[in-house]
Amino acid sequence: MKASAFEYVRVSSVDEAVAQLAELGDEAKVLAGGQSLVPLLNLRLANPAYLVDINRIGELNFITNGSGVRVGALARHRDVERSELVARVNPLLAAAVKLIGHAAIRNRGTIGGSVAHADPAAELPTILVALDGEIEARSSRGARTIAAVDFFDGFLTTTLQPDELLTEVRFPSLPTGGGWSIQEFSRRSGDFGVVTVVVTLATGNNGTISEASVAFGGVAGTAVRAPSAEAALAGQTPSAELWKAASQEAAAVLDPPGDLHSTPEHRRHLAAVLTERALVEAYGRLGQEA
Amino acid sequence: MQVELIVNGSNYKAPVEPQRTLADFLRDDLRLTGTHLGCEHGVCGACTVIVDGQAVRSCLMFAVQADGSEVMTIEGLEKDGRLHPLQEAFRDCHSFQCGFCTPGFVMTALALIEEGTAPASEEELREELSGNLCRCTGYQSIVEGVAEAIRRTTETGAIGAVESGAS
Repeated sequence: MKASAFEYVRVSSVDEAVAQLAELGDEAKVLAGGQSLVPLLNLRLANPAYLVDINRIGELNFITNGSGVRVGALARHRDVERSELVARVNPLLAAAVKLIGHAAIRNRGTIGGSVAHADPAAELPTILVALDGEIEARSSRGARTIAAVDFFDGFLTTTLQPDELLTEVRFPSLPTGGGWSIQEFSRRSGDFGVVTVVVTLATGNNGTISEASVAFGGVAGTAVRAPSAEAALAGQTPSAELWKAASQEAAAVLDPPGDLHSTPEHRRHLAAVLTERALVEAYGRLGQEA
Repeated sequence: MQVELIVNGSNYKAPVEPQRTLADFLRDDLRLTGTHLGCEHGVCGACTVIVDGQAVRSCLMFAVQADGSEVMTIEGLEKDGRLHPLQEAFRDCHSFQCGFCTPGFVMTALALIEEGTAPASEEELREELSGNLCRCTGYQSIVEGVAEAIRRTTETGAIGAVESGAS
């Protein structure tokens, strides 16, 4: 239960970090908050030759406005949880972050770390997929912006290259006056959700649904959207029957894994129940934004 | 590598291997064995200490990362032979049985109180304490102990900010 030996490299700027990553390649792992990586090291599920510690890169610790919320890779979960800007501009993000781990985990854990770790059951990847968020990465070759759907590639796998550093995560704004909900079932407080559902909704002038986004965590190798449920909702008049039908639609097409925590059947059941709850809650929040 | 940090108000300078966790450094190098190690992968909360004012898992941080930081462990609470009000509340409410998890709970609760974010409701308090596991008490007496400490310290103002006292 102790990490194997590694070389420790501390960097203090993005330029320095990407230079190190360019040189060390896939021999190196980036150490941010360490709340996912260090357990893997302690359990010896990972044993990189080098750890590049980016904690002292001040320029990556920010939360700013910009077509939504732009969060620097090193912003801690706790900072996002307590950010007035996030609460105002993207209350879904604020709610999602509160579901991550526990206070001591959120004090250290970073937004960039959670996203780069790409756990398919984690909250942040699910809301990024739901909101069509973006990830910015830098390397000594330059910077690029990656759409969330293209970033998450599989279980704990992203399309980030070994020489790239995740520098910023962009959470687009919710639709104006739109409703949102995040519903999660976990066996213990702070655990990853067995199934997580994120919904955003907006209605047009005639009261029918103009925008709907439904995304799941915990049901596949990555967070996924539910296009069939979104199609079932689009243009329809909100009703209890519609929420039920769309939830059934969303769950029916899932092929979730079975593991220690749950069976595929249970996950499908949870997906339907949680989607319905999320739709009801999101609809109830419509027009609540100032 | 060389690390230099303040622990419970005292300066320490010591060589460490990069893979040495802060928890092992505190326990084995500084012989501050009040910080307990349960799971060593961030689940149980027994190793919780305060680094630069925030409760953190010392098993998920390498000692080299604490270079230049100020750390407080359970040993830093008692002053001149007197228990900290939080410790007194734990004693008075029987907030432990075997005591293994106690340092983690106390440090988590201390951070809550000192950040001034101590929850108003029992439900919120339970949520804040949910990152610490106890296998004896069933949590009831621990929640009572922390609630009692919050009551006492907000009445008397006995708990101030972590004293930096670097010597």
